[in-house]
Amino acid sequence: MSDLEAFRAEIRAWLDANCPAEMRKAVQDEDDVCWGGRNFTFKSEAQKVWLERCVAKGYTVPDWPKAYGGAGLSAAEAKIWREELARIGARIPLSSFGIWMLGPALLKFGTEEQKVHFLGQIARGEIRWCQGYSEPGSGSDLVSLQTYGEDKGDHWVVNGQKIWTSYADKADWIFCLVRTDKANKYQGISFLLFDMTTPGVTTRPIKLISGNSPFCETFFDNVVVPKHQIVGQLNRGWDVAKYLLGHEREMISGAGGGERLNAIGAVVNRHGGIDNPVLRAELALFDIDALAYGAMGEKFLDEAKVGRAHPAQPNMMKYAGTELNKRRHELLMAAGGSTALEWDSEETRGGAPSRGWLRTKANSIEGGTSEVMLNVVAKRILDLPGA
Amino acid sequence: MPLYHTEDQAMLAETVTGFIADEGAIKTQLRRLRDAGDSAGYDAGLWKQFATMGLTGILVSEADGGLGLGHVEAGIVLREVGRNLTPSPFLSTAVLGATALSAASDDLKGRYLPGILAGDAVLALALDEGAKHRPERIALQAERAGNGFRLTGRKDFVVQGATADALIVAARTSGGDRDEDGVTLFAVPRDAAGIGHNAVRLVDSSIASHVTFDAVEVDGGTVIGDVDGGRALLNTVLAAGRIGAAAELTGVGSGAFAITTAYLKTRKQFGRLIGEFQALQHRAAHLYGELEIADAAVIKAQQLLDAGSSQADVMVSVAKAKASLATNLAVREGVQMHGGVGMTDEYDIGLYMKRDRALAEFLGDASYHADRVATLSGY
Repeated sequence: MSDLEAFRAEIRAWLDANCPAEMRKAVQDEDDVCWGGRNFTFKSEAQKVWLERCVAKGYTVPDWPKAYGGAGLSAAEAKIWREELARIGARIPLSSFGIWMLGPALLKFGTEEQKVHFLGQIARGEIRWCQGYSEPGSGSDLVSLQTYGEDKGDHWVVNGQKIWTSYADKADWIFCLVRTDKANKYQGISFLLFDMTTPGVTTRPIKLISGNSPFCETFFDNVVVPKHQIVGQLNRGWDVAKYLLGHEREMISGAGGGERLNAIGAVVNRHGGIDNPVLRAELALFDIDALAYGAMGEKFLDEAKVGRAHPAQPNMMKYAGTELNKRRHELLMAAGGSTALEWDSEETRGGAPSRGWLRTKANSIEGGTSEVMLNVVAKRILDLPGA
Repeated sequence: MPLYHTEDQAMLAETVTGFIADEGAIKTQLRRLRDAGDSAGYDAGLWKQFATMGLTGILVSEADGGLGLGHVEAGIVLREVGRNLTPSPFLSTAVLGATALSAASDDLKGRYLPGILAGDAVLALALDEGAKHRPERIALQAERAGNGFRLTGRKDFVVQGATADALIVAARTSGGDRDEDGVTLFAVPRDAAGIGHNAVRLVDSSIASHVTFDAVEVDGGTVIGDVDGGRALLNTVLAAGRIGAAAELTGVGSGAFAITTAYLKTRKQFGRLIGEFQALQHRAAHLYGELEIADAAVIKAQQLLDAGSSQADVMVSVAKAKASLATNLAVREGVQMHGGVGMTDEYDIGLYMKRDRALAEFLGDASYHADRVATLSGY
């Protein structure tokens, strides 16, 4: 038996003994998702136990170094971990912007002290993070952001407003882009970390077309941020921000796995059948794109792990993955008929189909619009003139 | 297994890329043969060169004198064949023919494999009956006659049929046209008495035949595998051919895309390079993504097939359909973005459009494979 086969057997045995049956059922609602953090209420004992067992082994962040709370797995081993989770339909133990976005940026730009402290907290699910990027006047043109941090010697005093801050009302800390030099557009932004309970931070949920409020407005009124809470160099936060955006786009693209890579024809067929040849054809063509995109996600991750992926490839992935996900939900609505229109019935678990469908419309806007993604691909990958 | 080439595969790709770019170029192969009114459909000297490099035996087992490699490796060759639009019997012979022969008797192998390995012989698959690929329906009759069989019926879209040493014929030995069982594969010599070839030139300048079988008598030794039990082998042959065609399609798509983006960077209108216009940039970027995704589907299916995975079947259809759709977009956008010159015979982009159309049809178009994906998925 090769080392990898032995590793697979070990993971299988461990999952068999440690993954509770309840955690092997598909996520139905947002509150099935374990986000961790100071104020998180576990939905069940199984959810809590599953997180604790994974934390003890470093499996919440399997490919991070052990010193920072990971399991220190190689690329091939981490792939096996994902495959074995998928094989038994196990939920990921911890969903976290800390894992998907801030973590990779800290691994690259953080000091050793920051890595040990913050990465460890993230790996253990102790701190829930939110992202302070967009502002009311700075969407696609993010670099025009105005939130300002005034230098007060050993700290900054931050004033301004962020918008579309996902789960800001539930987050413990924020990673935030703050202008620290008004004279310099790109090299005048710093990447700061601070506690959401710091005096002067307030949040206000934004009601969306889905009726839900996953995004917030976040206000900063004379918020004091100590100087050691900067990641990377002063005024070079844009480098950190861009690097992190690559990971955010990868996350939103769904390349890492989960429902966004799945075919849907068989699922629709199980729930009431497909009695229309045109719908069947649309589902089949969708399934082809979904399964092909799933292979793309796998290929991208494999190549990224060994440095073979084009650094701008997450932009293509984000574009393709989010447009696919919007199409998925259009089809699910069409297949669901009038039942899928129900807004708050018990049968639809509170309008999950229609609210989920509306939520996906943000996919091709958040983290960089599809149009911006295409601009980046044209410029950085295709090297088209003037792009 | 990671979804990229191993070191050995990357080395093969490097060798093959250089070889086919040099020897199989559009100008010296496709255009030269076409303009000379060639009726063979390929250049015999180039086929010999393929053999010298071992490529004709890429899927033939080492025990049988081949390289004993897999679909990833065959796909490496086909991608370059596609990128250069090289007329080649590689897909019909080294993929379809060799896969069929892998299940043949030593006697049959001895009859055809040495010629294939030497680059002298060519094989063709005679499967379709009618203008569309419908392998579920096989009507060509093979009745028992003495020690052998008597074949009656017709086959269409037999690519390379007119020049093949033998046709791999899917025939009905029992049951009704649509029965799963009762299918038998035969290796029928091209010039067997009673065979009629009507070779026609296709839109992409390749040559395919309508073949009629008028009580063609063959001996029992021409049967490949089991009598009445040929369906499983046929499915294996089809999987190999479909993923091969998909790989060739991705080559066609990448070739079309390369000349199109190059054109966007040189053609000027309104005093600007047309590649500066966002309307074209976004379409090119979208197309890039589609081609990348098709590539991923193809290598995934190749690896699953090589590993003997039960998921290979559906992924092969996904790959064939996706490669067809993405490459079709590449050639349509390619001609449009070339503007008027895209309509001229002088520019190569139109040749890519023609090849895409023929390859997309071969062994099932996107709608055939979409239907198959749905059926295999249980709906």
